[in-house]
Amino acid sequence: MPATAADNQATKSDVRMMVTLNRQPTPNSKTPAAECACPVIRSSGFSLYYGAKIGVKDITMEIYPCSVMAIIGPSGCGKSTFLRSINRMNDLIPHVRTEGLLEVDGQNVYDKRTNLINLRQQVGMVFQKPNPFPKSIFDNIAYGPRLQGIRRKEELQHIVEQSLKAAAIWDEVKDDLRKSALALSGGQQQRLCIARALATRPRVLLMDEPCSALDPIATGRIEDLIGQLQSTYTIVIVTHNMQQAARVSERAAFFCLGELIEYDRTEKIFSNPTKKQTEDYVTGRFG
Amino acid sequence: MESRSLTLTLGPSADRRRPLALTPGEDLVGFISSHVGRAVLFLITATSVLAVLLILLFVILRSVPFLRDFGVGEFLTSRLWRPTADEPVFGALTLIVGSLYVSIAALLFAVPVGILAAVFLSDILSWKIRNVAKPVVEILAAIPSVAYGFFAVLVLAPWMQRRFGFSTGTNALNASIILAVMALPTIISVAEDAISALGRELREASYSLGATRLETMVKVVIPAAHSGIIAAVVLGMMRAIGETMVVWMASGNATQIPHPWWDLSQSIRTMTATIAGEMGEAPEGMPHRSALFAVGVVLLLMTFMLNIVSEYFLSRAKKAAGKS
Repeated sequence: MPATAADNQATKSDVRMMVTLNRQPTPNSKTPAAECACPVIRSSGFSLYYGAKIGVKDITMEIYPCSVMAIIGPSGCGKSTFLRSINRMNDLIPHVRTEGLLEVDGQNVYDKRTNLINLRQQVGMVFQKPNPFPKSIFDNIAYGPRLQGIRRKEELQHIVEQSLKAAAIWDEVKDDLRKSALALSGGQQQRLCIARALATRPRVLLMDEPCSALDPIATGRIEDLIGQLQSTYTIVIVTHNMQQAARVSERAAFFCLGELIEYDRTEKIFSNPTKKQTEDYVTGRFG
Repeated sequence: MESRSLTLTLGPSADRRRPLALTPGEDLVGFISSHVGRAVLFLITATSVLAVLLILLFVILRSVPFLRDFGVGEFLTSRLWRPTADEPVFGALTLIVGSLYVSIAALLFAVPVGILAAVFLSDILSWKIRNVAKPVVEILAAIPSVAYGFFAVLVLAPWMQRRFGFSTGTNALNASIILAVMALPTIISVAEDAISALGRELREASYSLGATRLETMVKVVIPAAHSGIIAAVVLGMMRAIGETMVVWMASGNATQIPHPWWDLSQSIRTMTATIAGEMGEAPEGMPHRSALFAVGVVLLLMTFMLNIVSEYFLSRAKKAAGKS
């Protein structure tokens, strides 16, 4: 192997990577309560239809940086639909039509000129069922960076390590990154998927019921991880588990039948909601 | 009708105690139909399994005397096939090579087209069009092979002679092109099943990381479906290697190995065409007839092997689809 020159280069790029990975996404991100910061995601009168069927109707809300926002509500109420609108995953479904405004970083997501690739690199997603590619752990994490054109081995290795560390799974897999990702347990696979989403260095992380396929112990680890990630990322999580919403989120939105019923600080939603419907739902008297 | 008469009382029927054991004394008709039904189904299944075993046994037994006299080594390595000469020679090498040659050449045409078509059907066409297009593709498999043969002899052969100046229009190229078309429905159908069985999860994961449709296809979907795609290719090969009528009509039937090896414009002859063409002229009890059975054994072994390989990859594909 060519010795020092390459080594030097690697160190230099390592330093650069450290800087960029540790960079706080927004200048205001250290502000604890996010009211003063500009919202990362802003939706105003946003509606989405599947053909004639309503997915979500007239959603107006702002989601602030470096916080966890939980979307709760009964099945089929449009939680996932709204979440998947943010990175336009609903585009894959035929006959989808949208109205109103949905912005990420002040840019309209549903603009005709939107570059979906850039959007999805900025808005990462974790799915309900862990869905690692049938490839090695390394290749799973390196998938996104490789799409961005990163080819250098050292750089990829660095991103993989940082991402796995950020997703709190590095210690468990560091010795066999060449192993198939499918050999991992369900909880490990889900953290791998989080690491894979982080590897494209998004600003926003969308989580669609990330724990519903996991046992309580794996769920606990994912929740801890969400707590660690919220200082750097804007996280939007859909969950059926109200205790989970109460544990992990700063703000919560209650959806029902495609409409946003109430959006407020999580403790307010759970202790003293304004709307009767919300109260019925969070106290388990939903009707 | 009075609504009153429709009132039913539901609940466990306590009035009749029914025996759980099925005995002829209790229920003769039930007993007989149950056992006879099972026996009939068993016989039908056993017949088809037996048929395969008996065919194999029959073909091997008929070829044994010849192989003993002539020698297996000589049979498999000699390039001379002169069954009607005063001193007959039965070297099957040209026939075996001929069969493999057209089949592999056919796959070279059919595999890229087949996989692209499978991708197109599963991921690019809308559901409505796909539901029409897939059955249409499968109809290709229902066209009788002699119709393909007619096309090869009457249309493709003269066109190739005119267009490329080949000395004969019935040659390896002609046979491979027709075989490719015949193998396409199998390849498309099986590969499409494998690709669409992967489900939405992997595709969504890829799109959510900023991949385009092409990147998702090439880097995620096709690698994940590779077992099914390999099975599709092997099944296509089986279709091509076992095909008789088309190669008989289109290949020119010259017992030679093309030289240079890549020259598809030369005529060749396959095992299947040889058996079909010569069986009628090979009298019972003559070595010629046994030699044809020996060719049949080689053909059977090849298709059995391909079948086992395709079964292996299909079961792996099923597992892969279940996992993701």
